[in-house]
Amino acid sequence: MRARRAGVAGAVVVMTALAGCGSPAAGDGDEATLTVFAAASLREAFEPVAADFEAAHPGVDVRVSYAGSSSLAAQVREGAPADVLASANRPVMDALAADDLVTAPRDFATNTLEIAVPPGNPAGVTTLADLADPALDVVVCAPAVPCGSATTAVEADAGVELSPVSEEQSVTDVLAKVVAGEADAGLVYVTDVTAAGDDVDGIAFDESAAAVNTYPIATVAGSPHAALADELVAAVLDDAGQATLASYGFGAP
Amino acid sequence: MSGRATVAARPARRRADDGVVAAGVPRWAFVPAVLGGLLVLLPLVAMATRVDWSSFWALVTSGSARTALALSLRTAAASTLACLVLGIPMALVLARCRFRGLGVLRSLVLLPLVVPPVVGGIALLYTFGRRGLLGETLEVAGLQVAFSTTAVVLAQTFVALPFLVVSLEGALRTAGGRYDAVAASLGARPTTVLRRVTLPLVWPGLLSGAVLSFARALGEFGATITFAGSLQGTTRTLPLEIYLQRETDPDAAVALSLLLVVVAVAVIGLTYRARQHGGERGGTP
Repeated sequence: MRARRAGVAGAVVVMTALAGCGSPAAGDGDEATLTVFAAASLREAFEPVAADFEAAHPGVDVRVSYAGSSSLAAQVREGAPADVLASANRPVMDALAADDLVTAPRDFATNTLEIAVPPGNPAGVTTLADLADPALDVVVCAPAVPCGSATTAVEADAGVELSPVSEEQSVTDVLAKVVAGEADAGLVYVTDVTAAGDDVDGIAFDESAAAVNTYPIATVAGSPHAALADELVAAVLDDAGQATLASYGFGAP
Repeated sequence: MSGRATVAARPARRRADDGVVAAGVPRWAFVPAVLGGLLVLLPLVAMATRVDWSSFWALVTSGSARTALALSLRTAAASTLACLVLGIPMALVLARCRFRGLGVLRSLVLLPLVVPPVVGGIALLYTFGRRGLLGETLEVAGLQVAFSTTAVVLAQTFVALPFLVVSLEGALRTAGGRYDAVAASLGARPTTVLRRVTLPLVWPGLLSGAVLSFARALGEFGATITFAGSLQGTTRTLPLEIYLQRETDPDAAVALSLLLVVVAVAVIGLTYRARQHGGERGGTP
Protein backbone atom coordinates (compact mmCIF):
# COMPACT_ATOMS: atom_id res chain seq x y z
CA MET A 1 0.00 0.00 0.00
CA ARG A 2 2.73 2.36 0.99
CA ALA A 3 4.69 1.36 -2.08
CA ARG A 4 1.72 2.12 -4.31
CA ARG A 5 1.25 5.55 -2.76
CA ALA A 6 4.93 6.27 -3.22
CA GLY A 7 4.60 5.19 -6.84
CA VAL A 8 1.67 7.54 -7.42
CA ALA A 9 3.52 10.37 -5.70
CA GLY A 10 6.55 9.65 -7.87
CA ALA A 11 4.43 9.71 -11.02
CA VAL A 12 2.89 13.04 -9.99
CA VAL A 13 6.34 14.48 -9.38
CA VAL A 14 7.55 13.28 -12.76
CA MET A 15 4.47 14.63 -14.54
CA THR A 16 4.79 18.00 -12.81
CA ALA A 17 8.42 18.14 -13.82
CA LEU A 18 7.56 17.26 -17.42
CA ALA A 19 4.80 19.87 -17.49
CA GLY A 20 7.32 22.38 -16.21
CA CYS A 21 9.63 21.52 -19.06
CA GLY A 22 7.00 21.62 -21.78
CA SER A 23 5.41 24.94 -21.00
CA PRO A 24 7.79 27.44 -19.48
CA ALA A 25 5.97 30.39 -17.97
CA ALA A 26 6.20 32.44 -21.14
CA GLY A 27 4.49 35.78 -21.33
CA ASP A 28 4.05 36.07 -17.58
CA GLY A 29 5.79 39.42 -17.59
CA ASP A 30 8.38 39.55 -14.86
CA GLU A 31 8.07 35.98 -13.60
CA ALA A 32 10.58 33.86 -15.50
CA THR A 33 13.36 31.37 -15.08
CA LEU A 34 16.32 32.06 -17.31
CA THR A 35 18.48 29.01 -17.96
CA VAL A 36 22.12 29.77 -18.73
CA PHE A 37 24.54 27.14 -20.02
CA ALA A 38 28.04 28.26 -19.09
CA ALA A 39 31.52 26.81 -19.56
CA ALA A 40 32.88 25.15 -16.43
CA SER A 41 35.66 27.74 -16.13
CA LEU A 42 33.03 30.47 -15.62
CA ARG A 43 31.63 28.86 -12.45
CA GLU A 44 33.04 31.36 -9.93
CA ALA A 45 32.70 34.46 -12.10
CA PHE A 46 29.10 33.86 -13.27
CA GLU A 47 27.56 33.42 -9.81
CA PRO A 48 27.88 37.16 -8.92
CA VAL A 49 26.88 38.14 -12.49
CA ALA A 50 23.70 36.03 -12.16
CA ALA A 51 23.00 37.40 -8.67
CA ASP A 52 23.34 41.02 -9.89
CA PHE A 53 21.00 40.30 -12.81
CA GLU A 54 18.39 38.77 -10.47
CA ALA A 55 18.66 41.82 -8.18
CA ALA A 56 18.06 44.14 -11.14
CA HIS A 57 15.15 42.02 -12.46
CA PRO A 58 12.79 41.13 -9.58
CA GLY A 59 10.90 37.89 -10.22
CA VAL A 60 13.53 36.57 -12.60
CA ASP A 61 15.34 33.44 -11.53
CA VAL A 62 18.67 32.80 -13.27
CA ARG A 63 19.77 29.18 -13.24
CA VAL A 64 23.26 28.43 -14.50
CA SER A 65 24.27 24.95 -15.59
CA TYR A 66 28.06 24.50 -15.82
CA ALA A 67 29.76 21.88 -18.00
CA GLY A 68 32.44 21.52 -20.65
CA SER A 69 31.80 23.67 -23.71
CA SER A 70 31.46 20.63 -25.99
CA SER A 71 28.94 18.97 -23.67
CA LEU A 72 26.91 22.17 -23.53
CA ALA A 73 26.98 22.54 -27.32
CA ALA A 74 25.85 18.91 -27.71
CA GLN A 75 22.99 19.56 -25.28
CA VAL A 76 21.91 22.67 -27.20
CA ARG A 77 21.98 20.63 -30.42
CA GLU A 78 19.71 18.02 -28.80
CA GLY A 79 17.24 20.76 -27.87
CA ALA A 80 18.05 21.33 -24.20
CA PRO A 81 15.94 24.17 -22.78
CA ALA A 82 18.67 26.82 -22.51
CA ASP A 83 18.16 30.56 -23.00
CA VAL A 84 21.77 31.73 -23.02
CA LEU A 85 24.98 29.88 -23.91
CA ALA A 86 28.33 31.16 -22.64
CA SER A 87 31.06 29.02 -24.18
CA ALA A 88 34.82 28.73 -23.76
CA ASN A 89 35.17 27.39 -27.28
CA ARG A 90 34.62 29.77 -30.19
CA PRO A 91 34.79 27.18 -33.00
CA VAL A 92 32.04 25.18 -31.28
CA MET A 93 29.94 28.33 -30.86
CA ASP A 94 30.53 29.33 -34.49
CA ALA A 95 29.34 25.90 -35.60
CA LEU A 96 26.13 26.37 -33.57
CA ALA A 97 25.64 29.83 -35.08
CA ALA A 98 26.16 28.42 -38.59
CA ASP A 99 23.29 25.99 -37.92
CA ASP A 100 21.10 28.84 -36.58
CA LEU A 101 20.96 27.26 -33.13
CA VAL A 102 22.24 30.43 -31.43
CA THR A 103 21.85 34.09 -32.42
CA ALA A 104 24.75 36.50 -32.98
CA PRO A 105 27.51 35.28 -30.64
CA ARG A 106 29.64 38.04 -29.10
CA ASP A 107 33.03 37.70 -27.43
CA PHE A 108 32.92 38.65 -23.75
CA ALA A 109 36.16 37.43 -22.17
CA THR A 110 39.59 35.98 -22.82
CA ASN A 111 41.74 33.59 -20.88
CA THR A 112 45.41 32.67 -21.20
CA LEU A 113 47.52 29.79 -19.92
CA GLU A 114 49.63 29.84 -16.80
CA ILE A 115 51.89 27.28 -15.18
CA ALA A 116 50.36 25.87 -12.00
CA VAL A 117 52.69 24.28 -9.44
CA PRO A 118 52.07 22.92 -5.94
CA PRO A 119 52.38 25.60 -3.21
CA GLY A 120 55.99 26.69 -2.68
CA ASN A 121 56.96 25.44 -6.15
CA PRO A 122 58.98 22.42 -4.90
CA ALA A 123 60.38 21.67 -8.37
CA GLY A 124 61.63 25.27 -8.83
CA VAL A 125 59.86 25.91 -12.14
CA THR A 126 60.29 29.45 -13.53
CA THR A 127 59.77 29.25 -17.29
CA LEU A 128 57.88 27.16 -19.82
CA ALA A 129 61.20 25.68 -20.98
CA ASP A 130 61.74 24.26 -17.46
CA LEU A 131 58.77 21.97 -18.02
CA ALA A 132 60.65 20.09 -20.76
CA ASP A 133 62.83 18.51 -18.04
CA PRO A 134 62.04 14.78 -18.29
CA ALA A 135 62.51 14.42 -14.52
CA LEU A 136 59.37 16.48 -13.94
CA ASP A 137 55.87 15.00 -14.01
CA VAL A 138 54.04 17.53 -16.17
CA VAL A 139 50.31 17.29 -16.83
CA VAL A 140 48.55 19.15 -19.65
CA CYS A 141 45.20 19.09 -21.44
CA ALA A 142 44.72 16.73 -24.39
CA PRO A 143 45.10 18.49 -27.76
CA ALA A 144 41.45 17.71 -28.54
CA VAL A 145 40.14 20.09 -25.87
CA PRO A 146 40.55 23.90 -26.02
CA CYS A 147 43.14 24.18 -23.22
CA GLY A 148 45.12 21.44 -24.97
CA SER A 149 45.13 23.17 -28.34
CA ALA A 150 46.27 26.31 -26.51
CA THR A 151 49.06 24.25 -24.95
CA THR A 152 50.14 22.99 -28.37
CA ALA A 153 50.17 26.57 -29.66
CA VAL A 154 52.37 27.94 -26.85
CA GLU A 155 54.73 24.95 -27.18
CA ALA A 156 55.14 25.73 -30.88
CA ASP A 157 55.62 29.44 -30.19
CA ALA A 158 58.24 28.83 -27.50
CA GLY A 159 59.98 26.02 -29.40
CA VAL A 160 59.55 23.78 -26.36
CA GLU A 161 58.48 20.18 -26.60
CA LEU A 162 56.81 18.82 -23.47
CA SER A 163 56.49 15.11 -22.75
CA PRO A 164 53.57 15.09 -20.34
CA VAL A 165 52.79 12.09 -18.11
CA SER A 166 49.11 12.68 -18.75
CA GLU A 167 46.95 14.54 -21.27
CA GLU A 168 43.83 15.31 -19.30
CA GLN A 169 40.26 15.74 -20.45
CA SER A 170 39.75 19.15 -18.92
CA VAL A 171 41.62 21.96 -17.26
CA THR A 172 40.01 21.04 -13.92
CA ASP A 173 41.52 17.56 -14.18
CA VAL A 174 44.96 19.11 -14.76
CA LEU A 175 44.51 21.42 -11.79
CA ALA A 176 43.35 18.53 -9.58
CA LYS A 177 46.54 16.58 -10.35
CA VAL A 178 48.67 19.59 -9.36
CA VAL A 179 46.63 20.29 -6.20
CA ALA A 180 46.95 16.62 -5.20
CA GLY A 181 50.71 16.88 -5.64
CA GLU A 182 50.70 14.09 -8.23
CA ALA A 183 52.09 16.42 -10.88
CA ASP A 184 55.07 18.74 -10.44
CA ALA A 185 53.51 21.25 -12.81
CA GLY A 186 50.52 21.66 -15.07
CA LEU A 187 49.35 24.10 -17.73
CA VAL A 188 46.00 25.64 -16.81
CA TYR A 189 44.19 28.95 -17.33
CA VAL A 190 44.98 32.05 -15.30
CA THR A 191 41.41 31.96 -13.95
CA ASP A 192 41.94 28.41 -12.65
CA VAL A 193 44.97 29.53 -10.67
CA THR A 194 42.94 32.46 -9.28
CA ALA A 195 40.07 30.16 -8.34
CA ALA A 196 42.35 27.58 -6.71
CA GLY A 197 43.57 30.17 -4.19
CA ASP A 198 46.30 28.84 -1.91
CA ASP A 199 46.16 25.31 -3.32
CA VAL A 200 48.53 26.13 -6.18
CA ASP A 201 51.03 28.79 -7.18
CA GLY A 202 50.76 30.35 -10.63
CA ILE A 203 53.71 31.19 -12.86
CA ALA A 204 52.96 33.50 -15.78
CA PHE A 205 55.05 33.06 -18.95
CA ASP A 206 55.42 35.29 -22.01
CA GLU A 207 54.66 32.62 -24.60
CA SER A 208 51.08 32.35 -23.26
CA ALA A 209 50.20 35.28 -25.54
CA ALA A 210 50.47 32.84 -28.45
CA ALA A 211 47.19 31.23 -27.43
CA VAL A 212 44.48 33.54 -26.18
CA ASN A 213 41.24 31.67 -25.64
CA THR A 214 38.17 33.76 -26.45
CA TYR A 215 34.80 33.19 -24.77
CA PRO A 216 31.66 33.91 -26.84
CA ILE A 217 28.13 34.36 -25.44
CA ALA A 218 24.83 34.14 -27.35
CA THR A 219 21.10 33.78 -26.98
CA VAL A 220 19.89 30.29 -27.83
CA ALA A 221 17.53 30.26 -30.81
CA GLY A 222 13.95 29.53 -29.85
CA SER A 223 14.38 30.75 -26.27
CA PRO A 224 10.95 31.56 -24.83
CA HIS A 225 12.53 34.51 -23.00
CA ALA A 226 14.56 35.94 -25.87
CA ALA A 227 14.28 39.58 -24.75
CA LEU A 228 15.35 38.75 -21.20
CA ALA A 229 18.13 36.53 -22.54
CA ASP A 230 19.41 39.45 -24.66
CA GLU A 231 19.41 41.61 -21.53
CA LEU A 232 21.52 39.03 -19.69
CA VAL A 233 24.01 38.93 -22.56
CA ALA A 234 24.17 42.76 -22.41
CA ALA A 235 24.74 42.60 -18.64
CA VAL A 236 27.73 40.31 -19.13
CA LEU A 237 29.14 42.71 -21.74
CA ASP A 238 28.55 45.98 -19.85
CA ASP A 239 31.10 47.63 -17.53
CA ALA A 240 29.83 46.03 -14.32
CA GLY A 241 29.83 42.54 -15.84
CA GLN A 242 33.28 43.03 -17.34
CA ALA A 243 34.63 44.28 -13.98
CA THR A 244 33.30 41.17 -12.25
CA LEU A 245 34.89 38.90 -14.85
CA ALA A 246 38.20 40.79 -14.57
CA SER A 247 38.25 40.24 -10.80
CA TYR A 248 38.28 36.49 -11.48
CA GLY A 249 41.25 36.75 -13.80
CA PHE A 250 39.50 36.98 -17.18
CA GLY A 251 40.90 39.34 -19.80
CA ALA A 252 38.84 41.77 -21.90
CA PRO A 253 37.76 40.42 -25.33
CA MET B 1 21.71 -14.96 -6.66
CA SER B 2 20.69 -15.98 -10.14
CA GLY B 3 21.88 -19.48 -9.37
CA ARG B 4 19.50 -19.72 -6.44
CA ALA B 5 16.56 -18.46 -8.48
CA THR B 6 17.18 -21.10 -11.14
CA VAL B 7 17.29 -23.88 -8.56
CA ALA B 8 14.06 -22.71 -6.96
CA ALA B 9 12.25 -22.41 -10.28
CA ARG B 10 13.33 -25.76 -11.64
CA PRO B 11 10.48 -27.95 -10.22
CA ALA B 12 7.85 -25.70 -11.82
CA ARG B 13 9.56 -25.64 -15.19
CA ARG B 14 7.46 -26.86 -18.08
CA ARG B 15 7.98 -26.56 -21.80
CA ALA B 16 5.16 -24.73 -23.58
CA ASP B 17 4.03 -25.77 -27.05
CA ASP B 18 5.78 -22.87 -28.78
CA GLY B 19 9.12 -23.84 -27.30
CA VAL B 20 9.32 -21.06 -24.73
CA VAL B 21 10.31 -22.28 -21.31
CA ALA B 22 8.06 -20.43 -18.87
CA ALA B 23 9.36 -21.48 -15.49
CA GLY B 24 6.27 -20.59 -13.48
CA VAL B 25 6.45 -16.95 -14.50
CA PRO B 26 3.18 -15.07 -13.88
CA ARG B 27 1.82 -13.49 -17.05
CA TRP B 28 1.89 -9.91 -15.69
CA ALA B 29 5.63 -10.21 -15.09
CA PHE B 30 6.27 -10.09 -18.82
CA VAL B 31 5.14 -6.45 -19.08
CA PRO B 32 7.70 -4.94 -16.68
CA ALA B 33 10.27 -7.44 -17.95
CA VAL B 34 9.84 -6.23 -21.51
CA LEU B 35 9.81 -2.58 -20.37
CA GLY B 36 13.03 -3.17 -18.47
CA GLY B 37 14.58 -4.79 -21.51
CA LEU B 38 13.54 -1.83 -23.64
CA LEU B 39 15.05 0.60 -21.13
CA VAL B 40 18.39 -1.08 -21.69
CA LEU B 41 18.05 -1.79 -25.42
CA LEU B 42 16.44 1.38 -26.77
CA PRO B 43 19.35 3.71 -25.92
CA LEU B 44 21.72 1.24 -27.59
CA VAL B 45 19.50 1.13 -30.68
CA ALA B 46 19.32 4.94 -30.66
CA MET B 47 23.10 5.03 -30.53
CA ALA B 48 23.40 2.60 -33.42
CA THR B 49 21.11 4.83 -35.52
CA ARG B 50 23.55 7.71 -35.03
CA VAL B 51 26.55 5.77 -36.29
CA ASP B 52 27.96 7.08 -39.53
CA TRP B 53 28.34 3.65 -41.11
CA SER B 54 30.29 4.88 -44.16
CA SER B 55 33.17 5.94 -41.95
CA PHE B 56 32.57 3.44 -39.13
CA TRP B 57 35.38 1.08 -40.05
CA ALA B 58 37.90 3.89 -40.50
CA LEU B 59 36.92 5.38 -37.13
CA VAL B 60 37.18 2.16 -35.12
CA THR B 61 40.45 1.08 -36.74
CA SER B 62 42.26 4.41 -36.31
CA GLY B 63 45.58 4.23 -34.50
CA SER B 64 44.32 5.83 -31.29
CA ALA B 65 41.22 3.61 -31.23
CA ARG B 66 43.24 0.40 -31.70
CA THR B 67 45.72 1.45 -29.00
CA ALA B 68 42.88 2.29 -26.61
CA LEU B 69 41.05 -0.99 -27.28
CA ALA B 70 44.22 -3.05 -26.80
CA LEU B 71 44.96 -1.23 -23.54
CA SER B 72 41.38 -1.74 -22.37
CA LEU B 73 41.44 -5.48 -23.08
CA ARG B 74 44.85 -5.89 -21.45
CA THR B 75 44.00 -3.94 -18.31
CA ALA B 76 40.52 -5.47 -17.96
CA ALA B 77 42.05 -8.96 -18.23
CA ALA B 78 44.69 -8.09 -15.62
CA SER B 79 42.02 -6.62 -13.33
CA THR B 80 39.85 -9.73 -13.68
CA LEU B 81 42.85 -11.85 -12.72
CA ALA B 82 43.50 -9.61 -9.71
CA CYS B 83 39.81 -9.87 -8.78
CA LEU B 84 40.03 -13.69 -8.90
CA VAL B 85 43.23 -13.81 -6.83
CA LEU B 86 41.86 -11.46 -4.17
CA GLY B 87 38.13 -12.11 -4.52
CA ILE B 88 37.97 -15.91 -4.25
CA PRO B 89 39.58 -15.91 -0.77
CA MET B 90 37.41 -12.94 0.24
CA ALA B 91 34.23 -14.76 -0.81
CA LEU B 92 35.39 -17.91 1.02
CA VAL B 93 35.95 -15.98 4.23
CA LEU B 94 32.59 -14.21 3.95
CA ALA B 95 30.64 -17.36 3.09
CA ARG B 96 32.29 -19.93 5.35
CA CYS B 97 33.66 -18.11 8.39
CA ARG B 98 31.74 -17.03 11.46
CA PHE B 99 33.07 -14.14 13.50
CA ARG B 100 31.96 -10.86 15.03
CA GLY B 101 31.76 -8.02 12.57
CA LEU B 102 31.19 -10.29 9.56
CA GLY B 103 28.07 -8.33 8.58
CA VAL B 104 29.95 -5.05 8.71
CA LEU B 105 32.76 -6.56 6.68
CA ARG B 106 30.31 -7.79 4.05
CA SER B 107 28.81 -4.31 3.62
CA LEU B 108 32.29 -2.79 3.44
CA VAL B 109 33.12 -5.08 0.53
CA LEU B 110 30.15 -3.57 -1.32
CA LEU B 111 31.36 0.00 -0.83
CA PRO B 112 32.98 0.38 -4.27
CA LEU B 113 29.52 -0.27 -5.76
CA VAL B 114 28.03 2.64 -3.84
CA VAL B 115 30.88 5.13 -3.99
CA PRO B 116 30.87 7.18 -7.20
CA PRO B 117 33.85 5.98 -9.27
CA VAL B 118 35.36 9.48 -9.25
CA VAL B 119 35.37 9.39 -5.44
CA GLY B 120 36.95 5.94 -5.62
CA GLY B 121 39.65 7.47 -7.82
CA ILE B 122 40.27 10.23 -5.28
CA ALA B 123 40.48 7.63 -2.49
CA LEU B 124 43.00 5.61 -4.52
CA LEU B 125 44.97 8.80 -5.12
CA TYR B 126 45.11 9.42 -1.35
CA THR B 127 46.35 5.86 -0.92
CA PHE B 128 48.77 5.20 -3.78
CA GLY B 129 49.48 8.77 -4.93
CA ARG B 130 52.86 10.41 -4.41
CA ARG B 131 51.61 12.13 -1.26
CA GLY B 132 49.30 9.24 -0.38
CA LEU B 133 49.24 6.85 2.54
CA LEU B 134 51.50 4.32 0.80
CA GLY B 135 52.94 6.70 -1.79
CA GLU B 136 56.24 7.41 -0.05
CA THR B 137 56.80 3.76 0.81
CA LEU B 138 56.19 2.84 -2.82
CA GLU B 139 58.50 5.61 -4.03
CA VAL B 140 61.29 4.34 -1.78
CA ALA B 141 60.75 0.92 -3.35
CA GLY B 142 61.18 2.57 -6.74
CA LEU B 143 57.53 2.17 -7.74
CA GLN B 144 55.53 5.06 -9.11
CA VAL B 145 51.91 4.10 -9.46
CA ALA B 146 50.47 7.43 -10.59
CA PHE B 147 50.11 7.92 -14.36
CA SER B 148 51.07 4.27 -15.02
CA THR B 149 49.15 1.32 -16.45
CA THR B 150 49.34 -0.21 -12.96
CA ALA B 151 47.15 2.66 -11.76
CA VAL B 152 44.54 1.75 -14.40
CA VAL B 153 44.51 -1.88 -13.23
CA LEU B 154 44.25 -0.78 -9.58
CA ALA B 155 41.30 1.49 -10.37
CA GLN B 156 39.54 -1.23 -12.38
CA THR B 157 40.15 -3.86 -9.70
CA PHE B 158 38.79 -1.51 -7.04
CA VAL B 159 35.46 -1.04 -8.83
CA ALA B 160 35.15 -4.62 -10.17
CA LEU B 161 36.04 -6.63 -7.06
CA PRO B 162 32.58 -6.49 -5.41
CA PHE B 163 30.99 -8.11 -8.47
CA LEU B 164 33.20 -11.19 -8.13
CA VAL B 165 32.92 -11.41 -4.36
CA VAL B 166 29.13 -11.05 -4.28
CA SER B 167 28.51 -13.56 -7.10
CA LEU B 168 30.87 -16.13 -5.64
CA GLU B 169 29.69 -15.70 -2.06
CA GLY B 170 26.10 -16.28 -3.20
CA ALA B 171 27.16 -19.40 -5.10
CA LEU B 172 29.13 -20.71 -2.12
CA ARG B 173 26.15 -20.25 0.21
CA THR B 174 23.81 -21.97 -2.26
CA ALA B 175 26.20 -24.90 -2.69
CA GLY B 176 26.52 -25.35 1.07
CA GLY B 177 29.37 -27.09 2.86
CA ARG B 178 28.25 -30.73 2.75
CA TYR B 179 30.54 -31.96 -0.02
CA ASP B 180 33.44 -30.03 1.50
CA ALA B 181 32.79 -31.75 4.83
CA VAL B 182 32.65 -35.20 3.17
CA ALA B 183 35.88 -34.54 1.28
CA ALA B 184 37.56 -33.35 4.47
CA SER B 185 36.34 -36.41 6.38
CA LEU B 186 37.93 -38.57 3.69
CA GLY B 187 41.25 -36.92 4.50
CA ALA B 188 41.51 -34.19 1.88
CA ARG B 189 43.46 -31.13 2.99
CA PRO B 190 41.62 -27.75 2.94
CA THR B 191 43.47 -26.56 -0.18
CA THR B 192 42.66 -29.82 -1.97
CA VAL B 193 39.00 -29.52 -0.96
CA LEU B 194 38.93 -25.98 -2.30
CA ARG B 195 40.54 -26.96 -5.60
CA ARG B 196 38.85 -30.29 -6.23
CA VAL B 197 35.43 -29.91 -4.59
CA THR B 198 34.41 -26.36 -3.64
CA LEU B 199 35.45 -24.41 -6.72
CA PRO B 200 34.16 -26.98 -9.28
CA LEU B 201 30.80 -26.91 -7.45
CA VAL B 202 30.51 -23.12 -7.68
CA TRP B 203 32.05 -22.91 -11.18
CA PRO B 204 29.01 -21.16 -12.75
CA GLY B 205 28.94 -18.54 -10.00
CA LEU B 206 32.66 -18.02 -10.24
CA LEU B 207 32.47 -17.64 -13.99
CA SER B 208 29.60 -15.14 -13.94
CA GLY B 209 31.41 -13.22 -11.23
CA ALA B 210 34.52 -13.09 -13.37
CA VAL B 211 32.50 -11.97 -16.42
CA LEU B 212 30.79 -9.23 -14.41
CA SER B 213 34.16 -8.06 -13.10
CA PHE B 214 35.63 -8.04 -16.60
CA ALA B 215 32.66 -6.11 -17.98
CA ARG B 216 32.82 -3.57 -15.17
CA ALA B 217 36.58 -3.17 -15.64
CA LEU B 218 36.14 -2.73 -19.39
CA GLY B 219 33.65 0.10 -18.91
CA GLU B 220 35.50 1.75 -16.02
CA PHE B 221 35.92 5.48 -16.49
CA GLY B 222 35.61 7.73 -13.44
CA ALA B 223 38.19 6.19 -11.12
CA THR B 224 40.64 5.79 -14.00
CA ILE B 225 40.49 9.40 -15.18
CA THR B 226 40.78 10.67 -11.61
CA PHE B 227 43.54 8.37 -10.45
CA ALA B 228 45.53 7.26 -13.49
CA GLY B 229 45.32 10.21 -15.86
CA SER B 230 44.99 9.90 -19.61
CA LEU B 231 47.90 9.21 -21.95
CA GLN B 232 47.62 7.30 -25.21
CA GLY B 233 48.97 3.76 -24.89
CA THR B 234 49.62 4.04 -21.14
CA THR B 235 46.45 5.02 -19.34
CA ARG B 236 43.93 6.08 -21.99
CA THR B 237 41.52 3.15 -22.10
CA LEU B 238 38.65 2.97 -24.59
CA PRO B 239 36.10 4.73 -22.33
CA LEU B 240 38.55 7.62 -21.83
CA GLU B 241 39.25 7.73 -25.57
CA ILE B 242 35.49 7.88 -26.24
CA TYR B 243 35.06 10.76 -23.81
CA LEU B 244 37.98 12.62 -25.38
CA GLN B 245 36.85 12.03 -28.98
CA ARG B 246 33.47 13.44 -28.06
CA GLU B 247 35.14 16.85 -27.68
CA THR B 248 36.07 17.10 -31.33
CA ASP B 249 34.48 14.25 -33.24
CA PRO B 250 31.13 13.03 -31.86
CA ASP B 251 30.86 10.53 -34.78
CA ALA B 252 34.08 8.85 -33.67
CA ALA B 253 32.83 8.78 -30.08
CA VAL B 254 29.62 7.04 -31.12
CA ALA B 255 31.49 4.54 -33.31
CA LEU B 256 33.91 3.71 -30.50
CA SER B 257 31.04 3.35 -28.03
CA LEU B 258 29.46 0.80 -30.31
CA LEU B 259 32.80 -1.00 -30.56
CA LEU B 260 32.97 -1.16 -26.75
CA VAL B 261 29.44 -2.55 -26.58
CA VAL B 262 30.19 -5.17 -29.25
CA VAL B 263 33.39 -6.26 -27.49
CA ALA B 264 31.60 -6.50 -24.13
CA VAL B 265 28.70 -8.49 -25.60
CA ALA B 266 31.09 -10.83 -27.42
CA VAL B 267 33.12 -11.53 -24.27
CA ILE B 268 30.02 -12.08 -22.13
CA GLY B 269 28.37 -14.26 -24.78
CA LEU B 270 31.43 -16.45 -25.28
CA THR B 271 31.91 -16.89 -21.54
CA TYR B 272 28.30 -17.91 -20.97
CA ARG B 273 28.59 -20.50 -23.72
CA ALA B 274 31.67 -21.82 -21.96
CA ARG B 275 29.67 -21.79 -18.73
CA GLN B 276 26.93 -23.94 -20.26
CA HIS B 277 29.48 -26.50 -21.43
CA GLY B 278 31.29 -26.30 -18.10
CA GLY B 279 27.98 -26.64 -16.28
CA GLU B 280 27.13 -29.81 -18.20
CA ARG B 281 30.52 -31.28 -17.42
CA GLY B 282 30.43 -30.27 -13.78
CA GLY B 283 26.75 -31.15 -13.40
CA THR B 284 27.37 -34.49 -11.73
CA PRO B 285 30.23 -34.17 -9.30
